[in-house]
Amino acid sequence: MSELTDLYQEVVLDHGKRPRNYGPLEGATHRAEGLNPLCGDRIAVAARLEDGVVRDVRFEGSGCAISKASASVMTGVAKGRTPAEIDEVFEKFHRLVTEGPGAADAESLGKLAVFGGVHEYPTRVKCASLPWHALRQALRGGGEAISTE
Amino acid sequence: MSAGGGTSAAGERRSEAVARRAAPVFDAARAREDFPILRQRVHGRPLVYLDNAATTQKPRSVIDAISRYYEEDNANVHRGVHLLSERATRRHDEARKRVARFIGAADPREVIFVRGTTEAVNLVAQTFGRTRVGAGDEVLVTELEHHSNIVPWQMLCQEKGARLRVVPVTDAGDLDLDALEALLGPRTRLLAVTQVSNALGTVNPLREIIARAKAKGVPVLVDGAQGAPHLAFDADASGADFYAFSGHKLYGPTGIGVLWGRREHLEAMPPWQGGGDMILSVTFEKTIYNALPYKFEAGTPDIAGAIGLAAAIEYVEGLGLEAIAAHERELLGLTVDALSAEDGVRLVGTPRERAGVVSFLVGDVHPHDIGTVLDRHGVAVRAGHHCAQPLMQRLGLAATARASFGLYNTREDVEALVRGIRAVREMFA
Repeated sequence: MSELTDLYQEVVLDHGKRPRNYGPLEGATHRAEGLNPLCGDRIAVAARLEDGVVRDVRFEGSGCAISKASASVMTGVAKGRTPAEIDEVFEKFHRLVTEGPGAADAESLGKLAVFGGVHEYPTRVKCASLPWHALRQALRGGGEAISTE
Repeated sequence: MSAGGGTSAAGERRSEAVARRAAPVFDAARAREDFPILRQRVHGRPLVYLDNAATTQKPRSVIDAISRYYEEDNANVHRGVHLLSERATRRHDEARKRVARFIGAADPREVIFVRGTTEAVNLVAQTFGRTRVGAGDEVLVTELEHHSNIVPWQMLCQEKGARLRVVPVTDAGDLDLDALEALLGPRTRLLAVTQVSNALGTVNPLREIIARAKAKGVPVLVDGAQGAPHLAFDADASGADFYAFSGHKLYGPTGIGVLWGRREHLEAMPPWQGGGDMILSVTFEKTIYNALPYKFEAGTPDIAGAIGLAAAIEYVEGLGLEAIAAHERELLGLTVDALSAEDGVRLVGTPRERAGVVSFLVGDVHPHDIGTVLDRHGVAVRAGHHCAQPLMQRLGLAATARASFGLYNTREDVEALVRGIRAVREMFA
């Protein structure tokens, strides 16, 4: 049996409680909102893209410890990357949260590796992926609210 | 009081004895043994199932009734001349009669089998609603409603150019009856109201609500999904026009539910779905519809579901709905007291009367995280908006954690919940 502390690692709890890059973003060029209809949570992501690179990204909204921590770590990781690079990171992250560290080349995930316990909690995978869906939707130029369903 | 002191004390003792005798004898721990699923451990701990408002577990007698039907009686109903079909038809009819008795409907033809409460509400919206509601009319719902008693009416209003109006709740989670009075107007074509709130546990004063609606000539649909498992409902005497509930929240199977409606309404309503069983004769020019209840039961019904539901009602009646209700009230009282005494725990909704449900928050911990930690302690609760987003919005919340009780829950379950909540607080301190 996995321990609760695998899911709620110290770093996750810390980011959940004191999320980084939280609040409105001035001069945002791309925005999207992620909705989790299961719990009614909303994570709104705003990014500023310059010369094809994400220069800044911030998020707002309400969510559980996992979705807030995921958004917090994600916004740090996304800065300085192109949308294509972000898609690549997301692919690995998604494998991590659905299949576990063994399947995901956890070493290359850096800070994101703290979400290695999520795969033991299938109902929480959507919480961890929600901010990523919103960010990728924003960068695709969507702007429409997207849902985890 | 001096001279009468002794007499009054004796009187008290007498009335205590009477109360003890009259008190329902209900052994939840014993009833629990009737439910095979509850014997398991989850995450290495005994299962404490407190998600009964979502669905209840099934007693052995219900599971056996369904198996026995498939092993011994399975055939299509109202069709075959053979023995199995006769038996299946008889058992299906008996199930309808048992449901009618359970909800106090003298006429079993007023009992329509549907998939569940959601389908029942949609049926009424699409037949009664579509013929009664026109442009500029109003349909009245309340802030306490589950999405399934909002969205079908919203769809109807959009189609007809009618207006959906909403009876507000107080901060405590009770309906504002003065506002109800003011909202019942000359254009109100229907009031759709829940018996018990699935999110807060509020028991609505149905007698008074229905009386007020009747005084203005407004028909009333009562959503009994959360009420039926906890409170008796007397359809004929209630004054209501429609009552809907689901089998699976009443210890029966999923996929079966009931719509009860007054015969004059059901006779006047057009059919909803067309198909087999709901007709008397079909030609390409004209179809003559079948009598009640079959007019509203197109296609092969969920025969095993109806038989399972009847077995569930038999089980509940065997224990006594009153005795179950008294036991659950005691557990609710314990839970409310225990959670009120816990640091950092906030009860959401403090209605005047409560059934089945306690909604709560722990500090600023998100209910999803509460649910995950409780699950790891063996305690199953619901975390989320409980399909009542407008109510959550009214309360200024995105979600709550909800513990909901059934007949097999015990004091030990409440204690496990409290221990789990302490673990939540510790983890997110």
